[in-house]
Amino acid sequence: MSSRERILGRVRRALADVGQDDTPYEQAVPRDYLREHGERSVERTVDLLAENLAEYRAIVHRCAEDELAAVIGRLLAERGSKTVLVPAGLDEEWFAATDAERVPDRGESTPHELDRVDSVVTACAVAVAETGTIVLDGGPDQGRRRITLVPDHHICVVRVPEQVVSAVPQALERLDPARPLTWISGPSATSDIELDRVEGVHGPRSLEVVLVSGRPGAEATS
Amino acid sequence: MSGTFVGMPAFPKAAHDAVHNETLRGNLRHATHTIRAKRANAVAELSDWAELREAGKRIKDHTLRHLDRYLVQLEEAVTAAGGTVHWAADADEANRIVADLVKATGESEVVKVKSMATQEIGLNEALEAEGIRAYETDLAELIVQLGKDRPSHILVPAIHRNRGEIRDIFRKEMSEWGRPAPEGLTDTPAELAEAARLHLREKFLRAKVGISGANFMIAETGTLVVVESEGNGRMCLTLPETLISVVGIEKILPTWRDLEVFLQTLPRSSTAERMNPYTSMWTGTSDGGAEAGDGPRHFHLVLLDNGRTDTLADEVGRQALRCIRCSACLNVCPVYERAGGHAYGSVYPGPIGAILSPQLRGTASDIDASLPYASSLCGACYEVCPVAIDIPEVLVHLRERVVEGGPVTREGNKVVLQPAKGHAAERAAMRAARWAFTHPGVLRSGQRLASRTRRLHPRTLPGPGQAWSGSRDLPAVPAEPFRDWWQRTNGGKTEKGTSK
Ligand code: SF4
Repeated sequence: MSSRERILGRVRRALADVGQDDTPYEQAVPRDYLREHGERSVERTVDLLAENLAEYRAIVHRCAEDELAAVIGRLLAERGSKTVLVPAGLDEEWFAATDAERVPDRGESTPHELDRVDSVVTACAVAVAETGTIVLDGGPDQGRRRITLVPDHHICVVRVPEQVVSAVPQALERLDPARPLTWISGPSATSDIELDRVEGVHGPRSLEVVLVSGRPGAEATS
Repeated sequence: MSGTFVGMPAFPKAAHDAVHNETLRGNLRHATHTIRAKRANAVAELSDWAELREAGKRIKDHTLRHLDRYLVQLEEAVTAAGGTVHWAADADEANRIVADLVKATGESEVVKVKSMATQEIGLNEALEAEGIRAYETDLAELIVQLGKDRPSHILVPAIHRNRGEIRDIFRKEMSEWGRPAPEGLTDTPAELAEAARLHLREKFLRAKVGISGANFMIAETGTLVVVESEGNGRMCLTLPETLISVVGIEKILPTWRDLEVFLQTLPRSSTAERMNPYTSMWTGTSDGGAEAGDGPRHFHLVLLDNGRTDTLADEVGRQALRCIRCSACLNVCPVYERAGGHAYGSVYPGPIGAILSPQLRGTASDIDASLPYASSLCGACYEVCPVAIDIPEVLVHLRERVVEGGPVTREGNKVVLQPAKGHAAERAAMRAARWAFTHPGVLRSGQRLASRTRRLHPRTLPGPGQAWSGSRDLPAVPAEPFRDWWQRTNGGKTEKGTSK
């Protein structure tokens, strides 16, 4: 007998006392918990995202669409970044105000090569206000998971309010489980040494989130 | 080294030693009290906590009731997404599968994400015996591994070490395993973390094989989920070419939507955060949407039984399989706080360890027979558990099993357990009872909740303690409710006889 058959057989015998139950799953579990906590205006939801991100020591910036290139340029300059990783699908315009050398996200780049890059800039898939979380789904403007992991400085651009939801249940609805997903709440952190929080053991030690509003032409395309 | 607890003394002996280790007790007290207070705030933020807890309990119970169906569904989904599923009936089989998979890659070292399941089966030691070196990459696990130590807490495995000890371990041991500690390393947490970063980065960047567990597996989609803080999980799940995940069969959730419950309750219950810094989800091997793949090209899922189906066969005890390993019950347990994680002699310490280990392993050994007694039945563990496992109920049930014997399932077969009278288990239990009575704080903090757990609170000690308590009255149950006492004494801290 294979271990598969053995384990499944054991499970069935272990459940011999459990009566037949054909309740469809959708009805088996009460879902009377909330979809979000409290009622907030759209502006307030975005503010809450900013507050919660900052509480977990991400650095939050806010700007309008036409200021984005300047903000990205400034953040890279302040950091002294000479090289920046860029996912294939990012808008060229975002890098109009920086001299940093652009390193494309390529499948053949080795981890050592990624380790030598100073910063990475990405978009995101969705952001969760109540938890201060940004979610990346490997889309063309976010790139492979490893590019937001190995470099020490990550700049993530969130479109507000379109990409912001209040709570975790709403975020899951927007995501596709078939994609590789990374949920990020603040920079890498550990509390393993006497519970003192220390930023960055393995992931980027600096996370800067740019909340950008006022997408030009948004009305026209939506 | 982590993983093996063979030869551990029974709980009372180990606890007795731990109680007299002042450093350990001081570190533990600081840690458990800090997390406990923070957790209460994080939970209070969600007005629907009770509903989330009930939903979590029901989801898990439903899954366990139909576990065969969901296991098959998960297997199909993982396979369809490009992964390979293996089934392991016990620890030896799981270790053999993993060792063979690693050997097939031609590699002799692997990087590991902290995982209870791989500790439970002693994977590191098994790999070592096959000439494969497994590097723990979680900071605390690194401290434990370098210190040739055992983890003492589910979530903060090196909770029993203070910064000075950690610095000494790094200075002495890092060079044995790879990049040495920097010259003049001090004991500030930031410097220690930096030393670990450099030491481990060297390993991540060259690793070809990663090994992980998983917090959740989604039957519907074949998605695996790992929840973590440091990014070492992301490193191991993303950079290597081959990823092997060893996961207990009880970790299934039926649908993608179910994550909405657990991604809210797990972080708040464990680290007291609204959300942990990183959560990774992957489904089979991934194309990632780009021309070349994103993440490992080969993915193997090892589904682990190792006593879980035996636990499932126990109508009272099976609820332990709902556990999502948040460790909230450890942080509120007055016995754990004083005895420390090592005393439980298993990778699962604290209240959950006291009910899970004797079910997974059976109660044949002294340590396993004494574990159901490693509790004051105060009920605090049940109160905080985000999936509402009635730990006191299972403890009493297991005590009865140890003492009176009866039918149990071992390795899939029904066997009748002999009563332990006059046997090792009885002696162990007696020593546990005596240990509790000579540490009045432990007993008292338990007794105070008696009004809330009356049905579980015997006038005499259950089981083998009966003879002993027959001629002695247990201390009277005070009128003051537990919550009041807790407030008044700051969780037993200021109570005379409970502080060290
Ligand atoms: S038993 Fe409950 S409280 Fe304890 S670790 Fe498991 S889920 Fe958390």
